[in-house]
Amino acid sequence: MTATPATTPGGFLLVLAVLLPAGGVLLSFVLGGRAAGKIALGLTPVGFGLACLVAMKVAAAGAPIAYAIGGLPPPLGIALRADGVSAVMMVAAAIIVAASAFYARAKFVMPEGAPESRGALTFWIMIQAIWAALNLIFVGGDLFNLYVALELLTFAAVPLVCIDGRPETLRAALRYLLFALFGSVSYLLGVALLYGLYGALDISLLAQRVEAAPMVWTAAALMTAGLLAKTALFPLHLWLPPAHANAPAAASAVLSGLVVKGSFFLALRLWFYVLPGLPTAAPSVVLGALGALAVLFGSVLALRQARLKLLVAYSTVAQIGYLFFVFPLAAGAHVWSPLGWSGGLMQVLAHAFAKAAMFLAAGLVAEALGHDRIAGFTGAARALPLTFLTLGLGGLSLMGLPPSGGFEAKWLMLRASAASGQWLWSLPILGGGLLAGGYVYRILAPALADGEVEIKARPQRSREAVALGLAVLALALAFAPRGFFDFLEIGRPSVSRSAP
Amino acid sequence: MSVLPLLDVGLALLVVAVATWTMAARDLFASVLGYVAYGLLLALVWVRLHAPDIGLTEAAVGGGVTGVLLVTAGKRLDALKAATSGAAPRLRVKILAGALSALVAGALAFVVASLPTPAPSLAPQAAAAAAGPGAGLGNPITAVLISYRAFDTMLEKIVLALAVLGIWSVGADAAWGGAPAPLRKARPDGAMVLLAQILAPIGALIGVHIFWVGADAPGGAFQGGALLAAMWMVAMMARLVEAPRIGSRALRLALISGPAVFLAVGLAGIAMAGSFFAFPPAFAKALILFIETFMVLSVAVALPMMVAGPPEGGQEP
Amino acid sequence: MNASLLAGLVGAALVGLGLYGLIAHPHPLRKLLAFNLVGSGVFLVFGVVARRGAAAGYAFDPVPQAMVITGIVVAFAASALAVALILRLAVASGGVSLDPQGPAGRDAGEME
Repeated sequence: MTATPATTPGGFLLVLAVLLPAGGVLLSFVLGGRAAGKIALGLTPVGFGLACLVAMKVAAAGAPIAYAIGGLPPPLGIALRADGVSAVMMVAAAIIVAASAFYARAKFVMPEGAPESRGALTFWIMIQAIWAALNLIFVGGDLFNLYVALELLTFAAVPLVCIDGRPETLRAALRYLLFALFGSVSYLLGVALLYGLYGALDISLLAQRVEAAPMVWTAAALMTAGLLAKTALFPLHLWLPPAHANAPAAASAVLSGLVVKGSFFLALRLWFYVLPGLPTAAPSVVLGALGALAVLFGSVLALRQARLKLLVAYSTVAQIGYLFFVFPLAAGAHVWSPLGWSGGLMQVLAHAFAKAAMFLAAGLVAEALGHDRIAGFTGAARALPLTFLTLGLGGLSLMGLPPSGGFEAKWLMLRASAASGQWLWSLPILGGGLLAGGYVYRILAPALADGEVEIKARPQRSREAVALGLAVLALALAFAPRGFFDFLEIGRPSVSRSAP
Repeated sequence: MSVLPLLDVGLALLVVAVATWTMAARDLFASVLGYVAYGLLLALVWVRLHAPDIGLTEAAVGGGVTGVLLVTAGKRLDALKAATSGAAPRLRVKILAGALSALVAGALAFVVASLPTPAPSLAPQAAAAAAGPGAGLGNPITAVLISYRAFDTMLEKIVLALAVLGIWSVGADAAWGGAPAPLRKARPDGAMVLLAQILAPIGALIGVHIFWVGADAPGGAFQGGALLAAMWMVAMMARLVEAPRIGSRALRLALISGPAVFLAVGLAGIAMAGSFFAFPPAFAKALILFIETFMVLSVAVALPMMVAGPPEGGQEP
Repeated sequence: MNASLLAGLVGAALVGLGLYGLIAHPHPLRKLLAFNLVGSGVFLVFGVVARRGAAAGYAFDPVPQAMVITGIVVAFAASALAVALILRLAVASGGVSLDPQGPAGRDAGEME
């Protein structure tokens, strides 16, 4: 494979992308809750600009950009690398964090002169910490450094779940924490074994050294199990619905749209970047099969929920399942692999935007009606047209109807499964779409019916617009040009590898 | 190596036995006490593995600070009589869990036994780098923590700050800004106070010493900070001092000073040495000690605040 | 059989014991202890790797040892956060059950 030099022009941007929100965390801690909101909101455009710069550098170079921290290259030092997928994920993360932060102003920006509140300080610091951790996960090149990033993500995400303080939120946060800790420690054990085998933790160094040996498979299994627990892939999904449904809407959008994608991204890194030279067909089928079960169980459970936020959370369990079809559909260096890869990444992005939009909209519904029981939605669409439009458009992408990123993702995956002769995967892909149609219909049908709802507080137009904007982005992905998919291929090992 | 010293085998068996007891004990508090003993035994295992730095860390954190945390938690839970913990899992689940655990432990034992020989190692590179320009640290672990893996260490200190905030955030709204509950409700007797008055300053001195020699000998910022933290906790338990209010600006500055100074010096590296987190050779050791001083402060403040818990006061729901 | 292999086997046993406790114990504080057993088992594996990597005049490879120190710090922070959640849950609900009570929070619709 082509080696990326330890530091390339523009590589320093990667360090800044992590240190900017990390510095925001530290500054917010000292200056307190009111300043924290201003710092977080002020950093969002800067961070978005940085992410775009990284994407431009990667596109201009046509190759990953990299930075060796302290000028010390691996194996002793830590390297950061951004390839096509890293850059796209950084931009997506910046957009969703910015949207959630803007949306959260109404709840967490403190009025002048008011004493610092618990919720405000926690929310603003933790959302910045999530952002720092995600950026590091997207560009990290060292498996232990990525462990620290995973822990940073966990410690930032868990307190957001119980910001409300009710007993069920505490229970959800505790369950989340225990699952996440199990996940980290299992991942860490795999890292220890890989280091014991090869004396390196750098992804590209390991990729050159790994061989198909029982010990490597043990390490990969442990790391994958840990990452699946954090991604909430069936059957390790139990913690997710209460956690995502109980957090404040702005936090749910980030947790469901981005945070679970962080650990999924590391699973991609492991199987497609560390182990691409190994015969990974069998484990890929196992991961895909778990994904299929997740689609089925998550969708059926979503159909049975009485509350909107829980329904949207169970839908996340189902949509996470789709992500794992990327393993059987893109593994190896086949002609169809780029289709599967594009489909998987498109699903990551489409779900991130659609789900963030739907959680923000669900929060607006709950604020406007004073509850989020679906049975009590009769006629609500007439009272809150923009918000229910957001739910509908987001739902369109979840179902995989055109034009939407969700459609594009499923279409690419179907083509990959046809081209590879793995027809079976098309069953859960299509079946999950039908079930998603069912649960989206369950939200919209009562809302569109004739009836009268009592509006307790009319949502601000700007907040409705933010949610709608994210849903529109989920649809706009359908119009991604061919160059976008070429960009996603930049730096993917099986492409640059000469022999299959 | 041919014959295993009997002592090692005995220590290994003892560690596994105490761990088993910790899991099997019926009584919650008994299992907590078992865990504290386990943490101290583990420190000995680390010394046997030629890892005195980890042994120090394990003794201070695994045995000491975690011990106070868990014992306090056990006592508070007992006092709350909050016994309902959900039903024990069914036998089927237990058998499945047992099988899974045995499988994992077996696979791990197999893997550990078949690690390659000669083992790959970064020790030669670390030795060369430590002797090379810009390091000048006799303790290779400190060099790895502060120089080669500076990014990990800085982020891990941010994790500590997040954990403190996460713990505070669990408290009641009305209590926000106030001080955590005292570690001991009861007024301590004279002997305890006297002990703390003698122990705390001596321990604090040893903590500073461990940090100071950590550049060249076993020890370092974390171990030194942990010992200082333990001494502050001793003083708090004797009610010689009270936990500070979480709204205090000084407290918050102390908490983030370690990662903040580290981050600032790391950023300055690009101007001073041409790369983020690089140290100019002439001042490397001085800069490392400067960063470590603030890390000691952050660790010494963060650990006791984590044990003390969320602010108390206001109305409970 | 040598000292580092023995420590590795102890590590494997601790991971197994902890994993069982993590699944089988209903009490969250017991689960936390179990997590810590798994954690220390994993650290021991790192320690074994470090000890086996003795070279160039060092009795150990400093890189994995440094990682254990980072790991212990993070594990403590995790324990402290879990304890805070458990205690708060006990105060707020009078129990520490992790089971969601009844059909998933039916009365909890009023939120955000």
